[in-house]
Amino acid sequence: MATAELSVQAADWLRSTAHTELLRFTTAGSVDDGKSTLIGRLLYDSKGVYEDQLASVRKATRNQSTNGLDLSLLTDGLRAEREQGITIDVAYRYFATPRRKFIIADTPGHEQYTRNMATGASTANLAIILIDARYGVLPQSRRHAYIATLLGIPHLVVAVNKMDLVDYSEPVFHAIREEFTAFAHQLKARDVLFLPISALKGDNVVEPSSRTPWYSGPPLLEHLETVPIAQDHNLTDLRFPVQYVIRPDLDFRGFAGQVASGVIHRGDTVTVLPSGRTSRVKSIVTWDGELEEAFAPMSVTVCLEDEIDISRGDMIVRAGNLPHSGRRLEATVVWMSEKPLEPHRPYLLKQTTQAVHARVRDIRHRVDINTLGHQRASQLQLNEIGVVSLEAQRPLFFDAYQKNRATGSLILIDPITNETLGAGMIIGLDTYHHAGPVTPAERLARIGHRPYVLRLVNADLETAQTIERHLFDQGYLVHVIQEAENLAQSVQTVFAAGLVSLLFGASAEEAGVLKAGLPADQIVTLDRSEFEDDPALLQAIVSTLASGNAGNVKLTDGAGI
Amino acid sequence: MEPNIAPRTLTHLRALEAESIHIIREVAAEFQKPVMLYSIGKDSSVMVRLAQKAFYPGKIPFPFLHIDTTYKFQEMIEFRDKFCAELAVQLIVHTNTKAIADGANPFRLGTQKCCALLKTRALLDALAEGGFDAAFGGARRDEEKSRAKERVYSFRDSFGQWDPKNQRPELWNLYNSRIDNGESIRVFPLSNWTELDVWHYIYLEKIPIVPMYYAAPREMVVRGDQLITLEHGMALRPGEEPQTVMSRMRSLGCTYCTGAIRSEADTLPKIIEEMIQFRRSERENRVIDHDQEGSMELKKREGYF
Repeated sequence: MATAELSVQAADWLRSTAHTELLRFTTAGSVDDGKSTLIGRLLYDSKGVYEDQLASVRKATRNQSTNGLDLSLLTDGLRAEREQGITIDVAYRYFATPRRKFIIADTPGHEQYTRNMATGASTANLAIILIDARYGVLPQSRRHAYIATLLGIPHLVVAVNKMDLVDYSEPVFHAIREEFTAFAHQLKARDVLFLPISALKGDNVVEPSSRTPWYSGPPLLEHLETVPIAQDHNLTDLRFPVQYVIRPDLDFRGFAGQVASGVIHRGDTVTVLPSGRTSRVKSIVTWDGELEEAFAPMSVTVCLEDEIDISRGDMIVRAGNLPHSGRRLEATVVWMSEKPLEPHRPYLLKQTTQAVHARVRDIRHRVDINTLGHQRASQLQLNEIGVVSLEAQRPLFFDAYQKNRATGSLILIDPITNETLGAGMIIGLDTYHHAGPVTPAERLARIGHRPYVLRLVNADLETAQTIERHLFDQGYLVHVIQEAENLAQSVQTVFAAGLVSLLFGASAEEAGVLKAGLPADQIVTLDRSEFEDDPALLQAIVSTLASGNAGNVKLTDGAGI
Repeated sequence: MEPNIAPRTLTHLRALEAESIHIIREVAAEFQKPVMLYSIGKDSSVMVRLAQKAFYPGKIPFPFLHIDTTYKFQEMIEFRDKFCAELAVQLIVHTNTKAIADGANPFRLGTQKCCALLKTRALLDALAEGGFDAAFGGARRDEEKSRAKERVYSFRDSFGQWDPKNQRPELWNLYNSRIDNGESIRVFPLSNWTELDVWHYIYLEKIPIVPMYYAAPREMVVRGDQLITLEHGMALRPGEEPQTVMSRMRSLGCTYCTGAIRSEADTLPKIIEEMIQFRRSERENRVIDHDQEGSMELKKREGYF
């Protein structure tokens, strides 16, 4: 296209937007914290508002004291809200600078609207938490910070607003910063910036303010434009949930999906879950041509070298870097329905591209979001947050949410009313935390040793049984697992019962699946060919188990370990 | 190469593209009978391109539906037929013929009733007749305030109606596709795109659009601030004379209710240039959005896209 005839401004724009990144952020504040005014100010000052929209705001401005323009009206959406003068649902706003395009999830800060904030936070790179300088850190400020970190937002901005009403006082700002920092430390918040602002007057929003000479950091917009977000995606662990199989003719079979995390290259050796089969990436196909690599969050189509039966809900991962795999998992749940969460009720669970029947086995605890204390609970009510144990009908492939937002997130749906009931952030597998009345600690006390998985390489059934006999005689509760239909499931069951499992002849792939589901320090692999004879192998096993059980062991006298 | 962007980071347009393709594939995978609302406008053109990309090298696995009020511009209809023939997609054209036979037009009924019959009713009938359980639309959240709160998957009850107070929470990219018989989901893959993003993408991707978006000398009636085309026997008011005005359409709708703007922008870069200098939202020229305060929300509640 000929750009020579364009103005300098337009030509610059076309050039510079070739590098524009996308930053999604969410805003949280209480009713009168000035959140709508702040967003209105960002939109207005960055020229993200159209003239006719401004005219409509001028018409509707009730508070004539603010320069004749109530910026908060730019973001108040629906009729009902305008009548009540409050925002009642998540609304999305857009503005752009040459450096970045911004998507704002504008969420209300009411106590009863935790669900809205969680919704807005789920896709955000950054959260702005507004604090009224006159009132300091309120319970809702803590709540907002907790939800932001729970939802894994990598960057926090604490905007201390209405500095104009406290005479731009540095001590006021510092007191708030100290109080908030102490709390944020508890949350393990990663990146927190404190900003003294006045949304109404525009201080430190777009331009640095001369009224806060003691503040040397960037104004809000500059921070939004420059905060590094390249690391916000997990680019380490390849996870490619298959969305759709593209098969236009017999010669082409492609697996379409969005790279959830990591990088996939042509030629990579990959494992397909749940089959555990391995193949290599033949090509990465897009409408714009084939690619050498694709990374999160690109939407591509992957072809493999081998004919493997793959369908929606399967996951392609890098061989040797597997996600957790299992039916039972533990997750922090934000409940979003009037009907409380209750154990044993049937739910539908959607995670990556899988939708399965599931139930809550039990509620571990409810989180008091003001104190972060744990409470016993038999239900979770609307807007409550708790840790639950979930059981799915089929195995899911997932990672801990704090490590991988794309594979660690899930929603729960009511199979009768079809409502979205809640959102879950996966903590991990729930195999060795027995959900029943007997705890792992009680099993340990009774049995006297921790559960282990002993995987023997280059060993046969005879060797395994020899070792089983010896270990049993030495006081271990031990069991050889033979020809299991689902090896991982069998091992997990034996593990959960607190016993030592002995495996022989398991493939490296199967071992990988096992590792994903169990604590790494309780899986031991030993190669028979590295030992002179069975007694030497046995000696190595015994000393490994003994060191792992140091401090816990209460075996029978003479056990020798 | 793009030196200003960190390695393995997508530009904002490629990130939006990836998100939209994900949405389109989710719908194709999870619904029994999806359909894509094709309105001939620039947003539809972008949505179609994204659908092509989503299923490449396969074909788009659902039909297109155009709700024809019979008051569309002739150039739009010509473009539609050529465009769809080239794509080799199935195009369903639906018109509320009974209302047309009864003489429905905006002058007799007013714009609200006219839209209700020729667009909303026609759409609901077409969706019911086709048994479609999901319908893609090209609406964006930056278009209008009530759209800013609408979900990507927007649930409609068995009457096709939207309840803004009872929307399903929508987190991450996990969309809830569960519905009962007779209910449906409107899906908006372009939710997070702005008007400028759409133009920028059309420019980068060289996507064909209706020529009316480009400025040219056109016969217009100048009525106050509005430029109105002369199609479909537009009645002139006393003293009005058609004039040749260098103008273009910023959004496309029915001839009566879509005004043109004065413009010299006859290429895509010039349209983009106009956009970044222009300070008015595109729907400003749509009479129907202004017939009542909050009117888009009312229409959407009744089943309008």
